[in-house]
Amino acid sequence: MSQPDFDVRHIANLARIALTDDEAATFQAQIGQVLDHVAKMRTVDVTGIEPTAHAFPVFNIFREDVPRDWFTPAEALANAPHSANQLIVVTKVLD
Amino acid sequence: MHTLTIAGLRRKLAAREVTPVEVIENLAARISAVDPQIQGYLAVSVEKAIEEAKNVNLDLPLGGIPIAIKDVIAVEGEQNTCGSKILQPYRSPYSATVIQKLRAAGAIPFGRCNLDEFAMGSSTENSAYQKTRNPWDLSRIPGGSSGGSAAVVAADEAFAALGSDTGGSIRQPAALCGCVGLKPTYGRVSRFGLTAFASSLDQIGPFSKTVEDSALILNAISGLDAHDSTSVNLPVPDFTADLGKDIKGMKLGLPKEYFIDGIDPQVLAAVRAAVDHYASLGAEIIDVSLPYTEHAVGVYYIIATAEASANLARFDGVRYGHRAQGGHNLLEHYLKTRAEGFGPEVKRRIILGTYVLSSGYHDAYYLHAQKVRTLIRRDFTDAFEKVDAIICPTSPTPAFKIGEKSNDPLAMYLADIFTIATNLAGLPGISLPCGFADVDGKKLPIGLQLLGKSFDESNLLRLAHAYEQSTDWHKARPEW
Repeated sequence: MSQPDFDVRHIANLARIALTDDEAATFQAQIGQVLDHVAKMRTVDVTGIEPTAHAFPVFNIFREDVPRDWFTPAEALANAPHSANQLIVVTKVLD
Repeated sequence: MHTLTIAGLRRKLAAREVTPVEVIENLAARISAVDPQIQGYLAVSVEKAIEEAKNVNLDLPLGGIPIAIKDVIAVEGEQNTCGSKILQPYRSPYSATVIQKLRAAGAIPFGRCNLDEFAMGSSTENSAYQKTRNPWDLSRIPGGSSGGSAAVVAADEAFAALGSDTGGSIRQPAALCGCVGLKPTYGRVSRFGLTAFASSLDQIGPFSKTVEDSALILNAISGLDAHDSTSVNLPVPDFTADLGKDIKGMKLGLPKEYFIDGIDPQVLAAVRAAVDHYASLGAEIIDVSLPYTEHAVGVYYIIATAEASANLARFDGVRYGHRAQGGHNLLEHYLKTRAEGFGPEVKRRIILGTYVLSSGYHDAYYLHAQKVRTLIRRDFTDAFEKVDAIICPTSPTPAFKIGEKSNDPLAMYLADIFTIATNLAGLPGISLPCGFADVDGKKLPIGLQLLGKSFDESNLLRLAHAYEQSTDWHKARPEW
């Protein structure tokens, strides 16, 4: 594999995904193959070329800042895995 | 009744030969009979649809027409799993703009179609729930990621369906299942309520049995939406207005980069025959070149995964969806929730996307890919100075076997080689049936792809309709 810089465990940790040993080995190889394929694209001369972030760039789309009906608290909480007192209960943030 | 087109069903409804409730009941019976084999639907709410059918206005353009919905587009009160375990418990608290627009046109959203998890895949094998079968050969994939939408239309379990297309996810399954699939221009249709995969590439569009039906649906779902700031403020024409008009003198570009080694010979022969057919209808065939095509797959798998890694960060088990048990602190909570909730392809793409955006690699991968994207767009701009549309295959092969590519992500990615550049350039594209390949004694559909200028869906549909109506390919149905 020609992508020595790619460390799947480090990147998976940045992406907040725990990997099993099998997954780490498989993904390391498979993503390495994809990066090998991408290597050719990286050789294209792009001197003086602007990047495209959107097919049809649009800027500064404004709308009136007016309140309107949206979810009730019950609707907003309906999908929460764990809620109490009209609040979402989260895992402890500080040890 | 289930074999009717939307236009045909509209006539029967308008003549009061059938009621909207009977349409739903008939379709539900068809689904019960066929879908245990096809497995195109993840859920069907018959009673809810019947209630909606009782109050539908038949004078509206799609009055009483049920339309199946890919399970990545929100319908209030219904599931929206995105084919993922992480959203298994989720119910949509609101409806997507396209759903509101379909209902405003009288249509009834009916049934949730299977897909590759978060629309990532080319075979629908990445669904966490079931493997959808190709109605023409149950041992083969229906294409993806909107494989469920394509399969249910092809098997006459739906009159039409909505899907989403990020790198070919409407056109490729339409080709492999033998139906019509239209990806509108980026910005033509609001993405509000479509679960985001790659926001600069995603677009919602129809699957149908005919080109006319796709035009009817596009009429209903197009237009500016204040909830999607990338939707474009342009007039929405009647997309059926030019259907049936002569195509004499229209110019079709034949890109040499789309007729390469490795294309299945039967696909190549069918597409070449379609090109000849267009010439016989009076179209002018002109050679064009899209020289950066070979880099499209590489650019796509950098940009799409980068955007996906950011978009899918929202699935953290806090506000909705699956939450893992036993995380002792917030980091453990995230790591476990996402490990349990996502399948392998989604994990692979999030990790790749995180890598190409990570410190030290952003410029070499992501920024570079965005610049090559500019060159790919420029290819099309140059070509469209000479031609009205581009003609090419949709997929390099007919449907492949279930399991054939599931352990080789790169081979799977290359299945999208002819559809990906369209999304990078934001252009509209359509796939329509143009023949069959004989493979192992089975007939497998072949798709013809037409690519158009930005916001020129009218001419794209006109060209597609001219071919369809002068050939019989769209009339062939799998035996179900």
